[in-house]
Amino acid sequence: MLHRRLWLFAALAILPTLAIFAWVRLFPIVETLRLSLHKWDILSRNKPFIGLANFQELMGDRLFREALLNTSIIAFGVLIVTIPLALVLAALIHHRTGSRFGPFNESAIFVPHIVSLVPAAMAWKWIFDAQLGPLNALLGVFGIPAQAWLFDPVWSIVCIIILCSWQALGYAVLIYIVGFRSLPESVFEAAKLDGATGRQAFWHVAVPMLKPITLYVSVVTLISAFNVYAQALVLASDSQGAPGRQVRVLVLDMIENSFRNYRVGYAASEAVVLLVIVLSLTLIQFGLLREKGRR
Amino acid sequence: MDKDAAAPLATREAARAHKARRSATDLLIDVVLVAFSCVMVLPLILLVANAFKSPAELLAWPPTLIPIQPTLENFRAVLSDTPLMRWIFNSLVFSVLSTLSILATSAITGYILAKFPSKIMTVIFAVMLATAIVPFEVYMIPLYFQVQGLGLLNSVWGLLVGYLVMSFGIFLIRQNVIQTIPDELLEAARIDGAGEWWIFLKVVLPLLRSALGALGVLAFFQSWTVFAWPMIVTTTRESYTVEIGLALFQTGYTVDLGRLSAASAVVLIPSIIFFVFLRRNFVKGIASTGLKD
Repeated sequence: MLHRRLWLFAALAILPTLAIFAWVRLFPIVETLRLSLHKWDILSRNKPFIGLANFQELMGDRLFREALLNTSIIAFGVLIVTIPLALVLAALIHHRTGSRFGPFNESAIFVPHIVSLVPAAMAWKWIFDAQLGPLNALLGVFGIPAQAWLFDPVWSIVCIIILCSWQALGYAVLIYIVGFRSLPESVFEAAKLDGATGRQAFWHVAVPMLKPITLYVSVVTLISAFNVYAQALVLASDSQGAPGRQVRVLVLDMIENSFRNYRVGYAASEAVVLLVIVLSLTLIQFGLLREKGRR
Repeated sequence: MDKDAAAPLATREAARAHKARRSATDLLIDVVLVAFSCVMVLPLILLVANAFKSPAELLAWPPTLIPIQPTLENFRAVLSDTPLMRWIFNSLVFSVLSTLSILATSAITGYILAKFPSKIMTVIFAVMLATAIVPFEVYMIPLYFQVQGLGLLNSVWGLLVGYLVMSFGIFLIRQNVIQTIPDELLEAARIDGAGEWWIFLKVVLPLLRSALGALGVLAFFQSWTVFAWPMIVTTTRESYTVEIGLALFQTGYTVDLGRLSAASAVVLIPSIIFFVFLRRNFVKGIASTGLKD
């Protein structure tokens, strides 16, 4: 009898969450998959099933291909900047544990990760600004000619990578610091006894042992960078309102297709592409971890 | 270790030299780290400084860190140009409600999933983890039409629909319950005749206080900084969150840098203060995301 009462409680208590979960997570996810196979222009009632036609069209869509390419470049750019930098910074911070400056360093590196995106992006936009920006002024001191960073097709992407890396770094450093703290002290003592220098211990002991963490941070960084949107939107127009160069990214293309071109099914198929990318990255992570576990 | 261990004096010399070299390296590392940290916060500091500058001083090179003639003119102009306070209010209400909802659903669900193990619970947990991998941006368009169907566009309630639950929060609380609350404690309470709700509220919740604190801070900042969702759900000036308000405000033709910086500073300063006070909660919450595997 007692047993039954317990289970009744469990069922009743978990039910509201399950209902919300089904309503705001499961349903829209399934709906995305379903819509991607349909043609729907918001206004009309019927949504004819068109199979994979949306995906076929995506293949030839110049704007989508541009968005996919830009987003991938940004995501991998952020990865290449963030991970090595975070590893070195975390190693140095860990080495100086207990230092007077420790709390300041950790906070300063972490703050960009939590502050609101738009104000932070605005700060960087001012820095990169062609006329008013301190970056050009600084480079001018060294005799480097001013650049319209946010209007150049290559530099504007580099600017987004810098902004996103600046934001992502704090998280990666934090996770690495946790990783360094979890490494057994004895391994480093053994390395020292064998005559390894600090740098050798870092490369040959710490880095290999931190591989699962590197893998995890890399995948998280990549996935969040694939969802880049606000950064591209804010950096695109300059502070005087003149239209800058819009760096087309996936989420932006998706929102435009859905709410400007009223092609919801088509936008949903883009969302599915994003989902496939994210799932593959996650599966690669699990695969690599398992492979490592077997060895 | 040392070859010249036989000569005490030389050893001591060597040790001293070693120590000196070490502290020199440590000093160098400190300098590098502090310099790097300063560069990281410099954009934010300059932004806040710009908010207090006159148009003339904004053009000065090198940019001044502390305004020579601080002025509140930019703040006054921004507050009369935009419903900034309204936007902040919207963001605040949305974030607080979302945090409360996430705390409530995570606490009860995490507890049930941890302490009432069965096949169904395992399946539920697996489904929740699987959906956690799917980025919000993937399913936000159908969700938008659900909100539209309820007539909740352009309202805080519509915003809230997207952020009622957090898979990671459920996961975090479940782990915490498993680690910190022994079955014996619950059994003892049951034998004393305590009801299940009483046990949850009076025994379990107090023990989860620190985990819920960490989760609360995470949840609050998640909705405070969210961008894509309010971008599509809110389309009237009165209903914007502060992020959207600022992003669209900066595309206006009459906007100058001073006002933009002032508006940004109004948003940044409270969240940085908040962070400084809750740094430990934060670090704990975020760090635990890395311990998934």
